[in-house]
Amino acid sequence: MCSLALFPPPLSGGQITLYEANNELVAGSSPDCYEKQHWDPPSLNFPRETLKPHSRPESSSKAAFLDHKDTLWMRSAGAWYMLAYICSFKELFNHCESFSFNCFFLTFRSDSAIRSFAWHPHTDKFAVALLDDSIKIYNSRSATAPTLKHRLQRNVSAMQWKPLCASALAVACHTCLLVWHVDPSSLSTRPSSGCAQVLSHPGHSPVTSVAWSPSGSLLVSASPVDTAMMVWDVAAENCVPLQRVGGGGVTNVSWSPDGSRLLAATPSALFRVWETRMWTCERWPCLKGRCQSACWSPDGSRLLFSVQGEMVIYALTFSDMTGGPKSAAVVADLSETTFSGIDDITVGGEVQSLAWDPTGERLAVLLKGSSSHPAIIAVFKTRSSPVFELLPCGFVSGEIGAEPRLIQFHPHFQHGALLTVCWSNGRISHVPFYFVSVGRPHTGGSPPLPHITSKIEDYSTTHTLYTEQIS
Amino acid sequence: MLSFNQDCWFVRKVVRWRALASIAWSVLLLPATTTLFVFLVRFSLFHPVEWISECFGLLMAASTIFSLILLCGVVLVIGFFNLEGYTVVPSIPCSRVALLAKVLHPRQCVHSLVHCTVGMMVMWCASVMAGGRYQALGSPCTRGESADAPEVCLNEYHVFLLLAGAFIGYSHSFLGVVQNMNYVSFQIIQQYKYLRCKGSLPWVLKCSAVQSLYAVRNYVALYFFFGHIPRAWISNSLNLPIDSSLHSLDSLTGLLDFSLLYHLWISGAFLLLTWYITVLLFRIYVTEAHRFPVQSTFAEDAEQCLPKVLSEKRTPIMKFLALQDLALLSQHSPPRRQEVFSLSQPGGHPHNWNAISKECLALLSDLTQRLVAHHDAVASNGRARPPSATSDTRTTSNSSVSSAVVSGTEDLPQTPRPSVLLKTPGSVFLKSSGRGISSPLTAPFTPDLDSPFSTPSLRHLAAQQVPQQGQWLGSVQSPHIIRRGPKLWSTSTDSQANGSALASPVPTPSSPPPEQKSSFMAQWLQNRKEQLPEASSQALFADSQAHIWALEGLSHLVAASFSEDKYGVVQTTLPSILGCMLSLQEAVDRHFKLPHASSKPVKTSCSMGDSTYKTLRFALRAALKTSIYRITSTFGEHLNAVCISAEHQKRLQQFMEYRE
Repeated sequence: MCSLALFPPPLSGGQITLYEANNELVAGSSPDCYEKQHWDPPSLNFPRETLKPHSRPESSSKAAFLDHKDTLWMRSAGAWYMLAYICSFKELFNHCESFSFNCFFLTFRSDSAIRSFAWHPHTDKFAVALLDDSIKIYNSRSATAPTLKHRLQRNVSAMQWKPLCASALAVACHTCLLVWHVDPSSLSTRPSSGCAQVLSHPGHSPVTSVAWSPSGSLLVSASPVDTAMMVWDVAAENCVPLQRVGGGGVTNVSWSPDGSRLLAATPSALFRVWETRMWTCERWPCLKGRCQSACWSPDGSRLLFSVQGEMVIYALTFSDMTGGPKSAAVVADLSETTFSGIDDITVGGEVQSLAWDPTGERLAVLLKGSSSHPAIIAVFKTRSSPVFELLPCGFVSGEIGAEPRLIQFHPHFQHGALLTVCWSNGRISHVPFYFVSVGRPHTGGSPPLPHITSKIEDYSTTHTLYTEQIS
Repeated sequence: MLSFNQDCWFVRKVVRWRALASIAWSVLLLPATTTLFVFLVRFSLFHPVEWISECFGLLMAASTIFSLILLCGVVLVIGFFNLEGYTVVPSIPCSRVALLAKVLHPRQCVHSLVHCTVGMMVMWCASVMAGGRYQALGSPCTRGESADAPEVCLNEYHVFLLLAGAFIGYSHSFLGVVQNMNYVSFQIIQQYKYLRCKGSLPWVLKCSAVQSLYAVRNYVALYFFFGHIPRAWISNSLNLPIDSSLHSLDSLTGLLDFSLLYHLWISGAFLLLTWYITVLLFRIYVTEAHRFPVQSTFAEDAEQCLPKVLSEKRTPIMKFLALQDLALLSQHSPPRRQEVFSLSQPGGHPHNWNAISKECLALLSDLTQRLVAHHDAVASNGRARPPSATSDTRTTSNSSVSSAVVSGTEDLPQTPRPSVLLKTPGSVFLKSSGRGISSPLTAPFTPDLDSPFSTPSLRHLAAQQVPQQGQWLGSVQSPHIIRRGPKLWSTSTDSQANGSALASPVPTPSSPPPEQKSSFMAQWLQNRKEQLPEASSQALFADSQAHIWALEGLSHLVAASFSEDKYGVVQTTLPSILGCMLSLQEAVDRHFKLPHASSKPVKTSCSMGDSTYKTLRFALRAALKTSIYRITSTFGEHLNAVCISAEHQKRLQQFMEYRE
C-alpha cells in the first residue's frame, strides 16, 4: 500500500510543475518557460471578472431571484449551483431542517469560473463550461472557438462528448439534458439553439451526471433527486428508466472503458455497479459515507473509488471468471503527512476526484484542502502486474493561491499522458507526463523525452489565436 | 394470419409459447387487478372498517368468482388478438384516406366488434362487483301513482355502464389502429422480463387511468346527445319499462353525478388496465432476445442457425430477433464471434461470415436503393429533371458493391426485398388485395417508382415517365395539384400496402363510385392526401430497426475482427461493407435534406401506442455514423489500403479525420 510519506516533497515558493520526464516531475517558475514539442493544447484563462456581470450574482440578492416555480429540491440545488453554500443552507433550513443535504455537495467548485471540462475522445478538441452558462469549444485544427448558449442551458454540472462521433456533446443542465451537435467544419461562432436536442423526463432534474456508453449508442443520465437513472437512445429521443430503491437518487454515473459495467453512486452510503448486458446491478454499501469519486481502469476490470470521510483509495477488481469481487481493498493511504524542509508543508486529506490516464500508468488524485493546507494533486504510477499497486510519482502544484478544481486526462496523448487541470483562478493548464507505455510498445526505442525542436513559431501562433479569444 | 397459416418452426416453437406464457401471466395477474378494482370501486371514506370487511366479503363471493372466470375468457380473447395482429414493422398510412380505409377495413371491423362485445362483458363484471345500483339490468320500479305499474323496470345505470364498456372497447380498437398499437418495438437495452415488467407497471397504470379519463369524457358527451336511442331500444326489446320517476341519465342532472362518474372512470381504468397488461406482457415476451446458434453440428438443425434464419423473409419477427441476436453477439460474446469467423471443417470456407455479411449488406443496399428511388421520385416530381450524374455513379457503385460482396449475389440488387419484408401480419391490406386490382382511380397517379429499381436503365425509364404522366394529368387537373400529386403515391416502399389499401374498394354501404366521377374523386383524394407530410419519411424507414441492428452487428464484427479474426475472413468483404455503408450514408444525407424529413414528431403523451417507429430514421442516421466511425477508429490508417472508389475514399477520409 502506498502512502503520501513515500512521495518526493511538494514544491514550494511559487514553483510550478511543468512536465514529467525521466521519471521526475520538472518544475519551473512560469508555465511558458519550456518549449513544447507537439501540438500543445492552449492554456486558457477565465478569470471571473471577464464573465458577464449578471452571471455573477451577489449572495444578498440571489434568493429573491430564484425561480419559485421550481420545487424545493430544485431550488435548493439551483441555489447551491449558483452560489455555493449560503443560499443553499438558507433554502434548505427555511423549509425542512432534517433533510440530509449532502447530496448536492458533490464537489466544491463554485469559486472557479469553470464549471466543467471535457476532452473529445478522438480529436484534439475540448469543451469548457463557464459560470455564465456558456460552453466554449476549442479545436486544434480550427481558429474558431464556438460558444454554445441555450435558453435551457443553466447550471451546467457535467459534459461529455459522444464517443465514435465528431460532433455530439451531452450537457447536464438544471432542468434537462442537452445534446449539442456542433459541426466541426462549421465556421459559425454561435451555433443556433436548433443544434441542441433537449432531452427531458418528468421528475428527472436537475441532471448532474451524464455518461455515454463507449460504443456511442447509449447515454445514461442521473439526477440526485430521482431514484431512476435514464438510459437514452439519443437519436430516437426515447429513454428507459432504470429504477432501484435505496440510495435516494444517483449522483454520479461512470461507464467502464470497455463498456461492460457502469458505476452509479448515490447520495447515501451506497453505490451500485451495473453490468450493461442485462442491466442488473450489485449493491455496494459503504460503511463510512457516500462514494465521493471513482474511476475505472482502462481495461474496465478495476474500479478505484474513495469514500467521503476516509482518506484512502479503495480498489475493486472485476473479472468474468470469479463472478465479481467480494470486498474492496485499500490500495493507498492519503492521510495527512508533513514534509519538513525550509518550511513545513502538510498535504493529504479526503479525495475529491480521481483520474486514470488511458494507458493505465498514471493516476491523478485531487486531494481536498482544508483551512491549514490547500488542495493538491498527487500523481501515482500504477502497475497491474504481477499485482496491482500504486507507486509514488509526485505532486502537481500550480501558481500561488490557485487550487486545482477539475482534473482530466487527455484521451489519446501519444507520448505518455497529458493531465489537464482547471484551477480555481480560472486557468486551464496541461501537464504532460512523458514515459514509454508498457502496453504500447514504442517502435523507435528512444525515450520520448521532450527534445527541443524548432517549433516555437508554431506554438506561438496557436497561442496568440487563443489569447485573442480569451480577451 | 401469420401464426397459424405459416408453418415456420420459429412461430411454432417460440412465438406461440411466448404468447401463451404472456397470456398465462396476464390471467394470473387478474385477481390482483380485480382486488384493486374492488377496493377502489367500493371505496367509502367515512366507513373504513365496513369498507374493508365488505370488500373481503365480496372477493369471496360466488359472483366475483364467476366474474373472474369471465374475465379470464376476456383476457384469452384479447391475447389471441394480440398474437394475431402484432407486427414488428408498422404500417404507416401516408394520407388520411389511407387511414380511413384502414379503420373501415372489414378485418378491423371484426376487431372492433369483438372488442365492443368483450368490453361490455368486462363492464358487466365490473357492474356486478360494484354492486349497489349498478348490480342488475332490471330493478324494482319505484311505485308511482298508478297501481298497475310493472314490478321490474330497466336499470339505466347498468345500461350506462354496459354501453360505456362497448364504447371503450371500440375506442381501444380504433386508437389501436390510429396509434399502431399492434406495433411491437424492441427496447434499446436488454432487461430481464420480470424487471422490465415491474418497471413498466406504474406507467401502464397511469396510462390506463389517463386514457380512461379521456374515454369517460367522450362517452359522457356522446351519451348526453344520443343516449336515449340505445336505452329506448333495449327497453323495447327486453320489454322493460323505463322508470319515469327517476332522472334519466342523458340529462344534465343525471350525468352530473359525481359518484357515477367516479365509478365509470374506475371501471374504465380497470377494463383498460387488464387489456394493457395483456398487451404489455405480450410485447415483453415476444421481444425477448432469442439466442440462435451460429452453427450446428447436426444437419437437421441447420435451418435454425443464424445464417439461415437471417435470410428468412416470411417471418419478420424471426428475422428481427435474429438480427438483434447478431447485434448482441457481436458486442458481448467473443466465443460466438469466433464461431462467426471460423472456417468450415472440410473445405475451409468462411460460410458463416459470408452468409451473415451477405444478408446484412443486402438489407443495407436495399435501403439505399429505396432511398434513392424515393429521392428521385420526389426530385423529379413536377419538373422534368434528367437523372443526374451523381445518382448514376451511385447506382453503378451500388451494383458494383453488391456484386462484389460474395459469390451468388446476382439476386441482390434485383430482388424487391422491401415488399417481401414488409409483408407483416399486421399490415392486413397486403393480403386483402394485391397490386393487380388497381382501380381506374389510382391508375394514372401511381407512377411505378415505389419499387426499388435495380438497374439504372430502369430508373431512367421511370424518371422519364413521370413528367409524361404529369402532362397527361394536366388535362384533368389544375397545375398545382400535379406538382404535388405523385409525391404521395410514390412515398415509400410501403406504398404497395397503402396503394392497395386505397385501391381496394372501401367497404362502405354505398356502391363503388362510377367511372365518370373518377376525376372529381381523384381531386378530392389528392387534396386529402397532403395532410400527413411526415408519414412518407416515416414509412420509408418503418423497418429500420433491422437496418440498425445490421449496421451494429456488422460494424462490431468488423471492429472485433481486427484482433480476433485469425484467418482474415473479414478482410475480403471489408471493401464492400465500407462501400455499402458509405453509399447508404450518402443516401441518408440526401434524404434528410428533403422537407419534413428532419422534422421531429410531436411527443404523444400517455398512450399505449408505441411511437418508436416515428423516430427510427434519426436512430438509423446516428447508428450509421457510429458504425462507420467504429470501423475507421479501429482500423485507422490501414483503411487507406482498402480499395474502394475514389468518391468513397474521400468520404472515408472525412470520417477518419472526425469531420463528419
